[in-house]
Amino acid sequence: MDAATPRITVRVGPDDFDVGAEIDALQAGDPAVGAVTSFVGYCRDEGGRLSALELEYYPGMAEAEIGRVVGEAVARWPLLAVTVIHRGGRIRPGERIVLVVVSSSHREAAFAACDYIMDFLKTRAPFWKKEHPADRSEGGWVEAKAHDDARAERWGEKG
Amino acid sequence: MSREPVLIRYFAWVRERIGLSEERLALPETVATAGDLVRWLSERGEAYAYAFEAPETIRVAVDQLHIEQDEPLGNAREIALFPPMTGG
Repeated sequence: MDAATPRITVRVGPDDFDVGAEIDALQAGDPAVGAVTSFVGYCRDEGGRLSALELEYYPGMAEAEIGRVVGEAVARWPLLAVTVIHRGGRIRPGERIVLVVVSSSHREAAFAACDYIMDFLKTRAPFWKKEHPADRSEGGWVEAKAHDDARAERWGEKG
Repeated sequence: MSREPVLIRYFAWVRERIGLSEERLALPETVATAGDLVRWLSERGEAYAYAFEAPETIRVAVDQLHIEQDEPLGNAREIALFPPMTGG
């Protein structure tokens, strides 16, 4: 583990983000950075069925729980910096929902930590998606997927 | 005998079914664990019974930390009840 404390940024709110700027900010002229990985999650239209998603979240706990997941990733891999941004509110197909950016000296740690953070963000961060159908019918809440639990469990620890 | 009222918050379909986003309730001494709280709330009326009809699906956070249903509530200031999360 590098002696320097990793730079951690967690933001939750309605605002969109600039992916390129966030990636550049993680390198930030740090000559120790050899790898930056990122994940961007978008709102799908589910084959034309959806007009929007409403993302509800638990203010305060959302940031805190993402921070705890990032803290576990930082303890597990030699990371230099991590940024996680998760949007709330009404999001339309094609718009960004979530961004995870991780920097490290080497790509293995950066890839693995990005994957880990997304897996636990999905199962532990207090966000809920409600669908707004394109046909204006009453939308329902998206159900949690067993597949997401299984992905989190493969890291060999309790979620 | 009851304890100090605690802020109970509801999210997503738990909030919609109950028709409240939060309320302040004095919990009886018999409500020791998160599971006790879910059972106690489900007896408060039809809306609550609907929200907690499948108690095993309900997630509980005490002072913004996840706990299991068999864990004690302790001296919580804020307790949140919500469905499994679907962010990301």
